[in-house]
Amino acid sequence: MLHIINFAHGAALMVALYGVFFLHQKAGLDPYLSLPVMVPAMFVAGYALYRFVVAKASHGKDENILLVTLGVAIVLENVALTLWKSDTRTIETGYTFTTVAIGPAMIALPKLVAFAGAAIVAALLLAMMRGTDLGRAIRACAKERQGARLVGIDVEHVFAMSFGIGLACLGAAACFLLPAYYVNPQVGNGFVLIAFTIVVLGGMGSFAGALLGGLLVGVVESIGGLYLGESLGQIGIFLIFIAVLLFRPQGLFGARA
Amino acid sequence: MRQLAAIAAFAVAVALLPGLTGSGVVLNIAIMTLYAALLGQAWNILAGFGGQFSFGHAVFFGTGAYAAAVLQARFGWNAWATLPAALALGAAVGAFIGTLSFRYGLRGSYFALVTLAFAEVFRILANNVQFTGAGVGLMVKLQPGAAHFQFADKAGYLHVILAFVVVGLLVSWWLKHSRYGAWLQAVRDNEDSAAALGVNVFAVKLQAIMLSGALTAAAGVFYVQYFQYIDPSLAYGPAVSVEALLGPIIGGLGTIWGPILGATVLHLLGEATRGLVSSLPGVNLVVYGALLVLMIMFLPRGIIGLVK
Repeated sequence: MLHIINFAHGAALMVALYGVFFLHQKAGLDPYLSLPVMVPAMFVAGYALYRFVVAKASHGKDENILLVTLGVAIVLENVALTLWKSDTRTIETGYTFTTVAIGPAMIALPKLVAFAGAAIVAALLLAMMRGTDLGRAIRACAKERQGARLVGIDVEHVFAMSFGIGLACLGAAACFLLPAYYVNPQVGNGFVLIAFTIVVLGGMGSFAGALLGGLLVGVVESIGGLYLGESLGQIGIFLIFIAVLLFRPQGLFGARA
Repeated sequence: MRQLAAIAAFAVAVALLPGLTGSGVVLNIAIMTLYAALLGQAWNILAGFGGQFSFGHAVFFGTGAYAAAVLQARFGWNAWATLPAALALGAAVGAFIGTLSFRYGLRGSYFALVTLAFAEVFRILANNVQFTGAGVGLMVKLQPGAAHFQFADKAGYLHVILAFVVVGLLVSWWLKHSRYGAWLQAVRDNEDSAAALGVNVFAVKLQAIMLSGALTAAAGVFYVQYFQYIDPSLAYGPAVSVEALLGPIIGGLGTIWGPILGATVLHLLGEATRGLVSSLPGVNLVVYGALLVLMIMFLPRGIIGLVK
Protein backbone atom coordinates (compact mmCIF):
# COMPACT_ATOMS: atom_id res chain seq x y z
CA MET A 1 0.00 0.00 0.00
CA LEU A 2 2.67 2.46 1.02
CA HIS A 3 5.31 0.86 -1.16
CA ILE A 4 7.34 -0.11 1.87
CA ILE A 5 8.79 -3.44 0.90
CA ASN A 6 9.62 -5.14 4.14
CA PHE A 7 12.16 -7.86 3.74
CA ALA A 8 12.01 -8.66 7.44
CA HIS A 9 8.40 -9.81 7.12
CA GLY A 10 9.40 -13.47 7.16
CA ALA A 11 11.81 -13.02 10.03
CA ALA A 12 9.14 -11.14 12.00
CA LEU A 13 6.74 -14.02 11.43
CA MET A 14 9.43 -16.37 12.70
CA VAL A 15 9.82 -14.26 15.86
CA ALA A 16 6.05 -14.28 16.36
CA LEU A 17 5.94 -18.06 15.93
CA TYR A 18 8.63 -18.41 18.60
CA GLY A 19 6.59 -16.07 20.78
CA VAL A 20 3.53 -18.30 20.48
CA PHE A 21 5.69 -21.38 20.97
CA PHE A 22 7.23 -20.14 24.21
CA LEU A 23 3.91 -18.82 25.53
CA HIS A 24 2.61 -22.35 25.05
CA GLN A 25 5.70 -24.02 26.47
CA LYS A 26 6.45 -21.81 29.47
CA ALA A 27 3.08 -20.29 30.33
CA GLY A 28 0.90 -23.09 29.05
CA LEU A 29 -1.10 -20.66 26.99
CA ASP A 30 -3.15 -22.09 24.16
CA PRO A 31 -1.99 -20.67 20.79
CA TYR A 32 -5.41 -19.18 20.09
CA LEU A 33 -5.48 -17.55 23.54
CA SER A 34 -2.07 -16.00 22.76
CA LEU A 35 -3.79 -13.67 20.32
CA PRO A 36 -4.41 -10.84 22.83
CA VAL A 37 -0.72 -11.02 23.82
CA MET A 38 0.93 -11.47 20.44
CA VAL A 39 -1.06 -8.95 18.41
CA PRO A 40 -0.34 -5.90 20.61
CA ALA A 41 3.23 -7.03 21.24
CA MET A 42 3.95 -7.35 17.53
CA PHE A 43 2.23 -4.04 16.87
CA VAL A 44 4.45 -2.22 19.35
CA ALA A 45 7.55 -3.99 18.01
CA GLY A 46 6.63 -3.03 14.45
CA TYR A 47 5.91 0.58 15.32
CA ALA A 48 9.21 0.92 17.17
CA LEU A 49 11.15 -0.91 14.46
CA TYR A 50 9.90 1.50 11.83
CA ARG A 51 10.22 4.64 13.94
CA PHE A 52 13.68 4.02 15.33
CA VAL A 53 15.37 1.86 12.73
CA VAL A 54 13.79 1.75 9.28
CA ALA A 55 12.76 5.40 9.00
CA LYS A 56 16.05 6.65 10.45
CA ALA A 57 18.16 4.49 8.19
CA SER A 58 16.31 4.75 4.91
CA HIS A 59 17.03 8.44 4.15
CA GLY A 60 13.85 8.42 2.11
CA LYS A 61 15.04 5.95 -0.53
CA ASP A 62 13.15 2.77 -1.41
CA GLU A 63 16.26 0.66 -1.99
CA ASN A 64 17.54 1.58 1.43
CA ILE A 65 14.34 0.33 3.06
CA LEU A 66 14.88 -2.97 1.30
CA LEU A 67 18.51 -3.15 2.45
CA VAL A 68 17.75 -2.11 6.02
CA THR A 69 14.94 -4.61 6.40
CA LEU A 70 17.24 -7.24 4.90
CA GLY A 71 19.77 -6.38 7.60
CA VAL A 72 17.05 -6.64 10.26
CA ALA A 73 16.02 -10.01 8.84
CA ILE A 74 19.59 -11.32 8.99
CA VAL A 75 19.94 -10.14 12.59
CA LEU A 76 16.61 -11.62 13.74
CA GLU A 77 17.18 -14.93 12.01
CA ASN A 78 20.64 -15.39 13.44
CA VAL A 79 19.77 -14.17 16.91
CA ALA A 80 17.10 -16.88 16.86
CA LEU A 81 19.70 -19.36 15.64
CA THR A 82 22.09 -18.33 18.40
CA LEU A 83 19.48 -18.47 21.14
CA TRP A 84 17.36 -21.43 20.14
CA LYS A 85 19.58 -23.42 17.73
CA SER A 86 18.30 -24.64 14.41
CA ASP A 87 15.96 -27.30 15.83
CA THR A 88 12.53 -27.45 14.30
CA ARG A 89 9.90 -27.28 17.01
CA THR A 90 6.22 -28.03 17.01
CA ILE A 91 3.56 -27.89 19.65
CA GLU A 92 0.90 -30.40 20.34
CA THR A 93 -2.57 -29.36 21.35
CA GLY A 94 -5.69 -31.38 21.95
CA TYR A 95 -7.00 -30.44 18.53
CA THR A 96 -3.86 -30.74 16.37
CA PHE A 97 -5.12 -33.88 14.71
CA THR A 98 -8.83 -33.20 14.87
CA THR A 99 -10.48 -33.13 11.49
CA VAL A 100 -13.85 -31.81 10.44
CA ALA A 101 -15.90 -33.25 7.64
CA ILE A 102 -17.35 -30.66 5.30
CA GLY A 103 -19.26 -32.51 2.61
CA PRO A 104 -16.82 -35.03 1.15
CA ALA A 105 -13.68 -33.21 2.33
CA MET A 106 -11.89 -33.87 5.60
CA ILE A 107 -10.21 -30.71 6.81
CA ALA A 108 -7.86 -30.40 9.76
CA LEU A 109 -9.46 -28.26 12.44
CA PRO A 110 -6.45 -25.94 12.90
CA LYS A 111 -6.51 -25.15 9.18
CA LEU A 112 -10.21 -24.37 9.32
CA VAL A 113 -9.67 -22.05 12.27
CA ALA A 114 -6.77 -20.41 10.44
CA PHE A 115 -9.00 -19.85 7.42
CA ALA A 116 -11.69 -18.23 9.55
CA GLY A 117 -9.08 -16.20 11.42
CA ALA A 118 -7.56 -14.90 8.20
CA ALA A 119 -11.00 -13.92 6.92
CA ILE A 120 -11.80 -12.05 10.14
CA VAL A 121 -8.45 -10.23 10.13
CA ALA A 122 -8.96 -9.26 6.48
CA ALA A 123 -12.45 -7.96 7.23
CA LEU A 124 -11.14 -5.94 10.18
CA LEU A 125 -8.36 -4.45 8.06
CA LEU A 126 -10.77 -3.55 5.32
CA ALA A 127 -13.13 -1.90 7.81
CA MET A 128 -10.23 0.02 9.31
CA MET A 129 -9.00 1.26 5.94
CA ARG A 130 -12.47 2.32 4.89
CA GLY A 131 -13.96 3.68 8.05
CA THR A 132 -11.36 5.16 10.40
CA ASP A 133 -9.31 8.32 10.30
CA LEU A 134 -6.15 6.24 10.38
CA GLY A 135 -7.28 4.26 7.35
CA ARG A 136 -8.03 7.45 5.47
CA ALA A 137 -4.64 8.87 6.48
CA ILE A 138 -2.87 5.73 5.25
CA ARG A 139 -4.65 5.94 1.92
CA ALA A 140 -3.81 9.63 1.69
CA CYS A 141 -0.11 8.96 2.35
CA ALA A 142 -0.10 6.22 -0.24
CA LYS A 143 -1.59 8.49 -2.90
CA GLU A 144 0.22 11.71 -2.23
CA ARG A 145 2.80 11.95 0.51
CA GLN A 146 3.49 15.67 0.18
CA GLY A 147 -0.18 16.53 0.05
CA ALA A 148 -0.89 14.44 3.12
CA ARG A 149 1.82 16.31 4.99
CA LEU A 150 0.39 19.66 3.87
CA VAL A 151 -3.06 18.92 5.28
CA GLY A 152 -1.53 18.11 8.64
CA ILE A 153 -1.10 14.35 8.60
CA ASP A 154 1.91 13.15 10.58
CA VAL A 155 3.29 11.05 7.72
CA GLU A 156 6.03 9.34 9.72
CA HIS A 157 3.50 8.34 12.37
CA VAL A 158 1.15 6.95 9.72
CA PHE A 159 3.95 4.92 8.13
CA ALA A 160 4.97 3.56 11.51
CA MET A 161 1.35 2.72 12.34
CA SER A 162 0.92 0.76 9.12
CA PHE A 163 4.22 -1.03 9.72
CA GLY A 164 2.97 -1.89 13.20
CA ILE A 165 -0.36 -3.11 11.86
CA GLY A 166 1.50 -5.26 9.33
CA LEU A 167 3.46 -6.92 12.11
CA ALA A 168 0.34 -7.22 14.28
CA CYS A 169 -1.20 -9.25 11.45
CA LEU A 170 1.87 -11.49 11.59
CA GLY A 171 1.27 -11.91 15.31
CA ALA A 172 -2.25 -13.10 14.56
CA ALA A 173 -0.98 -15.27 11.69
CA ALA A 174 1.52 -16.92 14.02
CA CYS A 175 -1.22 -17.84 16.51
CA PHE A 176 -3.31 -19.42 13.76
CA LEU A 177 -0.37 -21.07 12.04
CA LEU A 178 1.54 -22.77 14.82
CA PRO A 179 -0.96 -25.51 15.76
CA ALA A 180 -0.66 -26.88 12.22
CA TYR A 181 2.89 -25.81 11.49
CA TYR A 182 6.38 -25.69 12.96
CA VAL A 183 8.97 -23.12 13.85
CA ASN A 184 12.71 -22.89 13.27
CA PRO A 185 14.98 -19.89 12.61
CA GLN A 186 14.63 -20.21 8.82
CA VAL A 187 10.86 -20.71 8.77
CA GLY A 188 10.15 -17.16 7.59
CA ASN A 189 12.24 -17.33 4.40
CA GLY A 190 9.73 -19.37 2.52
CA PHE A 191 7.01 -16.86 3.21
CA VAL A 192 8.76 -13.67 2.09
CA LEU A 193 8.64 -14.14 -1.66
CA ILE A 194 5.25 -15.83 -1.46
CA ALA A 195 3.86 -12.82 0.38
CA PHE A 196 5.37 -10.43 -2.19
CA THR A 197 3.96 -12.57 -4.98
CA ILE A 198 0.47 -12.45 -3.52
CA VAL A 199 0.55 -8.70 -3.02
CA VAL A 200 2.00 -7.96 -6.45
CA LEU A 201 -0.38 -10.39 -8.10
CA GLY A 202 -3.41 -8.88 -6.44
CA GLY A 203 -2.27 -5.33 -7.01
CA MET A 204 -0.39 -3.21 -4.48
CA GLY A 205 -2.74 -1.65 -2.00
CA SER A 206 -5.77 -3.72 -2.92
CA PHE A 207 -7.17 -5.88 -0.13
CA ALA A 208 -9.57 -7.82 -2.30
CA GLY A 209 -6.67 -8.32 -4.70
CA ALA A 210 -4.47 -9.67 -1.90
CA LEU A 211 -7.17 -12.16 -0.88
CA LEU A 212 -7.71 -13.37 -4.44
CA GLY A 213 -3.95 -13.34 -5.04
CA GLY A 214 -3.52 -15.52 -1.96
CA LEU A 215 -6.12 -17.95 -3.22
CA LEU A 216 -4.51 -18.09 -6.67
CA VAL A 217 -1.02 -18.66 -5.27
CA GLY A 218 -2.37 -21.42 -3.03
CA VAL A 219 -4.03 -23.13 -5.97
CA VAL A 220 -0.94 -22.77 -8.19
CA GLU A 221 1.25 -24.18 -5.43
CA SER A 222 -1.02 -27.19 -4.94
CA ILE A 223 -1.45 -27.90 -8.65
CA GLY A 224 2.27 -27.38 -9.28
CA GLY A 225 3.05 -29.75 -6.43
CA LEU A 226 0.63 -32.32 -7.82
CA TYR A 227 1.92 -32.34 -11.39
CA LEU A 228 5.57 -31.35 -11.07
CA GLY A 229 6.40 -32.82 -7.68
CA GLU A 230 6.88 -31.15 -4.33
CA SER A 231 10.15 -29.34 -5.04
CA LEU A 232 9.74 -28.38 -8.72
CA GLY A 233 6.16 -27.29 -8.04
CA GLN A 234 7.42 -24.24 -6.11
CA ILE A 235 8.71 -22.79 -9.35
CA GLY A 236 5.21 -21.76 -10.45
CA ILE A 237 4.99 -19.10 -7.74
CA PHE A 238 8.23 -17.43 -8.76
CA LEU A 239 7.42 -17.55 -12.44
CA ILE A 240 4.08 -15.89 -11.73
CA PHE A 241 5.86 -13.30 -9.63
CA ILE A 242 8.34 -12.46 -12.41
CA ALA A 243 5.66 -12.44 -15.10
CA VAL A 244 3.34 -10.16 -13.13
CA LEU A 245 6.11 -7.70 -12.28
CA LEU A 246 7.20 -7.54 -15.90
CA PHE A 247 3.92 -7.56 -17.75
CA ARG A 248 1.29 -6.30 -15.35
CA PRO A 249 2.99 -4.44 -12.49
CA GLN A 250 -0.31 -2.92 -11.40
CA GLY A 251 -1.49 -6.44 -10.54
CA LEU A 252 -4.52 -8.31 -11.75
CA PHE A 253 -6.96 -6.08 -9.93
CA GLY A 254 -5.08 -2.89 -9.14
CA ALA A 255 -5.52 0.33 -11.04
CA ARG A 256 -2.58 1.62 -13.05
CA ALA A 257 -0.49 3.80 -10.78
CA MET B 1 47.47 7.21 -12.87
CA ARG B 2 47.75 7.40 -9.10
CA GLN B 3 44.94 4.85 -8.84
CA LEU B 4 46.69 2.52 -11.30
CA ALA B 5 49.87 2.75 -9.24
CA ALA B 6 47.85 1.93 -6.12
CA ILE B 7 46.32 -1.09 -7.87
CA ALA B 8 49.79 -2.30 -8.87
CA ALA B 9 51.10 -1.79 -5.33
CA PHE B 10 48.11 -3.69 -3.91
CA ALA B 11 48.69 -6.59 -6.33
CA VAL B 12 52.37 -6.86 -5.46
CA ALA B 13 51.76 -6.60 -1.70
CA VAL B 14 49.12 -9.35 -1.66
CA ALA B 15 51.10 -11.54 -4.06
CA LEU B 16 54.04 -11.46 -1.62
CA LEU B 17 51.84 -12.49 1.34
CA PRO B 18 52.64 -16.22 1.09
CA GLY B 19 56.33 -15.35 1.35
CA LEU B 20 55.69 -13.68 4.71
CA THR B 21 53.57 -16.36 6.30
CA GLY B 22 53.22 -20.03 5.62
CA SER B 23 50.14 -20.18 7.84
CA GLY B 24 47.30 -21.87 6.00
CA VAL B 25 44.76 -20.16 8.25
CA VAL B 26 45.96 -16.68 7.38
CA LEU B 27 46.12 -17.48 3.67
CA ASN B 28 42.66 -19.01 3.80
CA ILE B 29 41.27 -15.81 5.34
CA ALA B 30 43.03 -13.80 2.65
CA ILE B 31 41.60 -16.03 -0.09
CA MET B 32 38.04 -15.86 1.28
CA THR B 33 38.35 -12.10 1.69
CA LEU B 34 39.49 -11.66 -1.91
CA TYR B 35 36.73 -13.99 -3.07
CA ALA B 36 34.13 -11.88 -1.22
CA ALA B 37 35.76 -8.76 -2.65
CA LEU B 38 35.38 -10.17 -6.17
CA LEU B 39 31.68 -10.83 -5.61
CA GLY B 40 31.37 -7.31 -4.22
CA GLN B 41 33.22 -5.75 -7.17
CA ALA B 42 30.90 -7.49 -9.60
CA TRP B 43 27.81 -6.36 -7.70
CA ASN B 44 29.26 -2.86 -7.40
CA ILE B 45 29.44 -2.49 -11.21
CA LEU B 46 25.68 -2.82 -11.48
CA ALA B 47 24.57 -1.28 -8.17
CA GLY B 48 27.35 1.12 -7.24
CA PHE B 49 28.05 2.56 -10.69
CA GLY B 50 24.71 1.82 -12.33
CA GLY B 51 22.25 2.27 -9.45
CA GLN B 52 20.49 -1.04 -10.12
CA PHE B 53 20.34 -2.93 -6.81
CA SER B 54 20.30 -6.66 -7.37
CA PHE B 55 19.24 -9.01 -4.57
CA GLY B 56 19.87 -12.10 -6.63
CA HIS B 57 23.47 -12.06 -7.74
CA ALA B 58 23.60 -15.74 -6.82
CA VAL B 59 21.96 -16.31 -10.19
CA PHE B 60 25.22 -15.34 -11.94
CA PHE B 61 27.46 -16.94 -9.34
CA GLY B 62 25.62 -20.24 -9.50
CA THR B 63 25.58 -20.23 -13.28
CA GLY B 64 29.34 -19.75 -13.38
CA ALA B 65 29.87 -22.41 -10.73
CA TYR B 66 27.63 -24.93 -12.47
CA ALA B 67 29.12 -24.16 -15.88
CA ALA B 68 32.54 -25.08 -14.53
CA ALA B 69 31.36 -28.10 -12.53
CA VAL B 70 29.18 -29.57 -15.28
CA LEU B 71 31.73 -29.07 -18.05
CA GLN B 72 34.46 -30.62 -15.92
CA ALA B 73 32.58 -33.45 -14.29
CA ARG B 74 30.29 -34.42 -17.16
CA PHE B 75 32.28 -33.48 -20.25
CA GLY B 76 35.83 -33.76 -19.00
CA TRP B 77 36.83 -30.20 -19.87
CA ASN B 78 40.02 -28.72 -18.51
CA ALA B 79 39.22 -26.44 -15.57
CA TRP B 80 40.80 -23.38 -17.17
CA ALA B 81 38.85 -23.95 -20.37
CA THR B 82 35.58 -23.71 -18.42
CA LEU B 83 36.41 -20.14 -17.38
CA PRO B 84 35.59 -18.41 -20.69
CA ALA B 85 32.48 -20.58 -21.05
CA ALA B 86 31.36 -19.60 -17.54
CA LEU B 87 32.02 -15.92 -18.20
CA ALA B 88 29.99 -16.10 -21.40
CA LEU B 89 27.13 -17.88 -19.64
CA GLY B 90 27.18 -15.36 -16.77
CA ALA B 91 26.96 -12.53 -19.30
CA ALA B 92 24.20 -14.37 -21.18
CA VAL B 93 22.09 -14.80 -18.03
CA GLY B 94 22.72 -11.12 -17.34
CA ALA B 95 21.54 -10.25 -20.83
CA PHE B 96 18.42 -12.37 -20.37
CA ILE B 97 17.42 -10.91 -16.99
CA GLY B 98 18.51 -7.43 -18.03
CA THR B 99 16.56 -7.46 -21.28
CA LEU B 100 13.40 -8.55 -19.53
CA SER B 101 13.59 -6.23 -16.54
CA PHE B 102 14.99 -3.11 -18.23
CA ARG B 103 12.78 -3.46 -21.31
CA TYR B 104 9.74 -3.40 -19.05
CA GLY B 105 11.12 -0.53 -17.02
CA LEU B 106 11.63 -2.21 -13.64
CA ARG B 107 13.37 0.10 -11.22
CA GLY B 108 14.42 0.23 -7.60
CA SER B 109 12.93 -2.36 -5.29
CA TYR B 110 11.08 -4.13 -8.10
CA PHE B 111 14.29 -4.87 -9.96
CA ALA B 112 15.77 -6.19 -6.71
CA LEU B 113 12.81 -8.50 -6.16
CA VAL B 114 12.86 -9.80 -9.72
CA THR B 115 16.54 -10.72 -9.49
CA LEU B 116 15.81 -12.50 -6.23
CA ALA B 117 12.97 -14.43 -7.87
CA PHE B 118 15.23 -15.42 -10.79
CA ALA B 119 17.80 -16.78 -8.36
CA GLU B 120 15.05 -18.86 -6.72
CA VAL B 121 13.85 -20.16 -10.11
CA PHE B 122 17.40 -21.23 -10.98
CA ARG B 123 17.83 -22.85 -7.56
CA ILE B 124 14.68 -24.89 -7.99
CA LEU B 125 15.70 -25.89 -11.52
CA ALA B 126 19.19 -26.92 -10.40
CA ASN B 127 17.53 -28.95 -7.67
CA ASN B 128 15.44 -30.89 -10.16
CA VAL B 129 17.49 -31.27 -13.32
CA GLN B 130 19.65 -34.35 -13.57
CA PHE B 131 22.73 -32.95 -15.32
CA THR B 132 23.42 -30.58 -12.42
CA GLY B 133 23.40 -33.53 -10.07
CA ALA B 134 20.07 -32.29 -8.63
CA GLY B 135 19.94 -31.96 -4.85
CA VAL B 136 23.04 -34.11 -4.34
CA GLY B 137 25.29 -31.59 -6.04
CA LEU B 138 28.34 -32.11 -8.21
CA MET B 139 31.87 -33.00 -7.23
CA VAL B 140 34.86 -32.08 -9.33
CA LYS B 141 37.55 -34.69 -9.78
CA LEU B 142 40.73 -34.22 -7.77
CA GLN B 143 43.51 -33.49 -10.28
CA PRO B 144 46.34 -31.67 -8.53
CA GLY B 145 48.44 -29.39 -10.69
CA ALA B 146 48.32 -25.80 -11.86
CA ALA B 147 47.29 -27.01 -15.33
CA HIS B 148 44.04 -28.22 -13.75
CA PHE B 149 43.37 -25.11 -11.62
CA GLN B 150 44.17 -27.10 -8.48
CA PHE B 151 47.04 -26.23 -6.25
CA ALA B 152 48.84 -28.16 -3.56
CA ASP B 153 49.24 -25.07 -1.39
CA LYS B 154 47.04 -22.07 -0.72
CA ALA B 155 49.48 -19.68 -2.41
CA GLY B 156 48.38 -20.83 -5.86
CA TYR B 157 44.72 -20.16 -5.12
CA LEU B 158 45.63 -16.81 -3.59
CA HIS B 159 47.40 -15.73 -6.76
CA VAL B 160 44.51 -16.80 -8.98
CA ILE B 161 41.83 -15.01 -6.96
CA LEU B 162 44.14 -12.00 -6.66
CA ALA B 163 44.39 -11.89 -10.46
CA PHE B 164 40.58 -11.91 -10.69
CA VAL B 165 40.31 -9.13 -8.12
CA VAL B 166 42.89 -7.05 -9.99
CA VAL B 167 40.79 -7.44 -13.13
CA GLY B 168 37.82 -6.24 -11.04
CA LEU B 169 39.86 -3.24 -9.86
CA LEU B 170 40.85 -2.38 -13.42
CA VAL B 171 37.23 -2.63 -14.56
CA SER B 172 36.18 -0.28 -11.72
CA TRP B 173 39.00 2.10 -12.63
CA TRP B 174 37.89 2.03 -16.26
CA LEU B 175 34.31 2.80 -15.18
CA LYS B 176 35.60 5.83 -13.29
CA HIS B 177 37.57 7.14 -16.25
CA SER B 178 35.80 6.12 -19.44
CA ARG B 179 32.96 7.54 -21.44
CA TYR B 180 30.94 4.37 -20.84
CA GLY B 181 31.46 4.73 -17.08
CA ALA B 182 30.25 8.32 -17.24
CA TRP B 183 27.10 7.18 -19.04
CA LEU B 184 26.49 4.47 -16.47
CA GLN B 185 26.87 6.89 -13.57
CA ALA B 186 24.61 9.39 -15.32
CA VAL B 187 21.95 6.68 -15.55
CA ARG B 188 22.37 5.97 -11.83
CA ASP B 189 22.07 9.63 -10.82
CA ASN B 190 19.07 10.43 -12.98
CA GLU B 191 17.78 8.06 -15.58
CA ASP B 192 15.43 10.55 -17.22
CA SER B 193 18.01 13.32 -17.56
CA ALA B 194 20.54 10.82 -18.90
CA ALA B 195 18.04 9.73 -21.54
CA ALA B 196 17.27 13.36 -22.37
CA LEU B 197 20.98 13.98 -22.94
CA GLY B 198 21.10 11.19 -25.49
CA VAL B 199 22.41 8.28 -23.39
CA ASN B 200 20.98 4.97 -24.54
CA VAL B 201 19.77 4.03 -21.07
CA PHE B 202 18.64 0.52 -21.96
CA ALA B 203 21.91 -0.43 -23.67
CA VAL B 204 24.04 1.04 -20.89
CA LYS B 205 22.19 -0.84 -18.17
CA LEU B 206 22.21 -4.04 -20.21
CA GLN B 207 25.97 -3.87 -20.72
CA ALA B 208 26.45 -3.24 -17.00
CA ILE B 209 24.43 -6.29 -15.96
CA MET B 210 26.30 -8.45 -18.49
CA LEU B 211 29.68 -7.25 -17.25
CA SER B 212 28.58 -7.76 -13.66
CA GLY B 213 27.20 -11.22 -14.46
CA ALA B 214 30.42 -12.33 -16.15
CA LEU B 215 32.59 -11.18 -13.25
CA THR B 216 30.27 -12.87 -10.73
CA ALA B 217 30.46 -16.07 -12.78
CA ALA B 218 34.26 -15.91 -12.45
CA ALA B 219 33.79 -16.00 -8.67
CA GLY B 220 31.60 -19.07 -9.15
CA VAL B 221 34.32 -20.83 -11.16
CA PHE B 222 36.86 -20.04 -8.48
CA TYR B 223 34.52 -21.37 -5.78
CA VAL B 224 34.16 -24.70 -7.57
CA GLN B 225 37.92 -25.09 -8.01
CA TYR B 226 38.62 -24.15 -4.41
CA PHE B 227 36.00 -26.35 -2.73
CA GLN B 228 35.59 -28.87 -5.57
CA TYR B 229 31.90 -29.17 -4.82
CA ILE B 230 28.70 -27.29 -5.61
CA ASP B 231 25.04 -27.88 -4.80
CA PRO B 232 21.88 -25.86 -5.55
CA SER B 233 21.71 -24.00 -2.22
CA LEU B 234 25.40 -23.10 -2.26
CA ALA B 235 25.13 -21.93 -5.86
CA TYR B 236 21.80 -20.15 -5.96
CA GLY B 237 20.93 -19.66 -2.27
CA PRO B 238 20.49 -16.16 -0.83
CA ALA B 239 23.78 -16.27 1.10
CA VAL B 240 25.86 -15.41 -1.99
CA SER B 241 23.52 -12.60 -2.99
CA VAL B 242 23.85 -11.10 0.49
CA GLU B 243 27.62 -11.55 0.55
CA ALA B 244 27.89 -9.73 -2.79
CA LEU B 245 26.08 -6.63 -1.55
CA LEU B 246 27.49 -6.39 1.99
CA GLY B 247 31.07 -5.55 0.98
CA PRO B 248 30.40 -2.60 -1.33
CA ILE B 249 27.75 -1.11 0.97
CA ILE B 250 30.07 -1.25 3.96
CA GLY B 251 33.16 -0.20 2.04
CA GLY B 252 31.64 2.41 -0.24
CA LEU B 253 29.21 2.13 -3.14
CA GLY B 254 30.42 3.07 -6.60
CA THR B 255 34.06 3.35 -5.59
CA ILE B 256 37.11 1.45 -6.81
CA TRP B 257 38.31 0.29 -3.40
CA GLY B 258 34.99 0.02 -1.54
CA PRO B 259 34.30 -3.68 -2.17
CA ILE B 260 37.80 -4.73 -1.06
CA LEU B 261 37.69 -2.52 2.00
CA GLY B 262 34.23 -3.76 2.96
CA ALA B 263 35.13 -7.42 2.43
CA THR B 264 38.27 -7.00 4.55
CA VAL B 265 36.39 -5.34 7.41
CA LEU B 266 33.66 -7.98 7.30
CA HIS B 267 36.03 -10.93 7.30
CA LEU B 268 38.21 -9.55 10.06
CA LEU B 269 35.10 -8.81 12.15
CA GLY B 270 33.73 -12.25 11.35
CA GLU B 271 36.96 -13.93 12.44
CA ALA B 272 37.09 -11.80 15.59
CA THR B 273 33.52 -12.63 16.66
CA ARG B 274 34.05 -16.28 15.86
CA GLY B 275 37.21 -16.20 17.96
CA LEU B 276 35.39 -14.55 20.88
CA VAL B 277 32.20 -16.58 20.93
CA SER B 278 32.86 -19.62 18.82
CA SER B 279 30.25 -21.76 20.54
CA LEU B 280 27.30 -19.76 19.24
CA PRO B 281 26.21 -20.48 15.67
CA GLY B 282 25.20 -17.53 13.54
CA VAL B 283 26.68 -14.90 15.82
CA ASN B 284 28.97 -13.54 13.10
CA LEU B 285 25.95 -13.11 10.83
CA VAL B 286 24.22 -11.10 13.57
CA VAL B 287 27.21 -8.75 13.42
CA TYR B 288 26.99 -8.55 9.60
CA GLY B 289 23.28 -7.74 9.65
CA ALA B 290 23.65 -5.13 12.38
CA LEU B 291 26.58 -3.58 10.53
CA LEU B 292 24.49 -3.37 7.34
CA VAL B 293 21.73 -1.48 9.17
CA LEU B 294 24.16 0.81 11.00
CA MET B 295 26.15 1.63 7.87
CA ILE B 296 23.06 2.60 5.92
CA MET B 297 21.83 4.60 8.89
CA PHE B 298 24.98 6.52 9.71
CA LEU B 299 27.44 6.12 6.84
CA PRO B 300 25.47 5.69 3.63
CA ARG B 301 28.62 6.41 1.63
CA GLY B 302 30.54 3.62 3.31
CA ILE B 303 33.86 3.62 5.13
CA ILE B 304 35.49 5.37 2.17
CA GLY B 305 33.01 8.21 2.68
CA LEU B 306 34.79 8.93 5.98
CA VAL B 307 38.05 9.67 4.21
CA LYS B 308 36.78 11.78 1.36
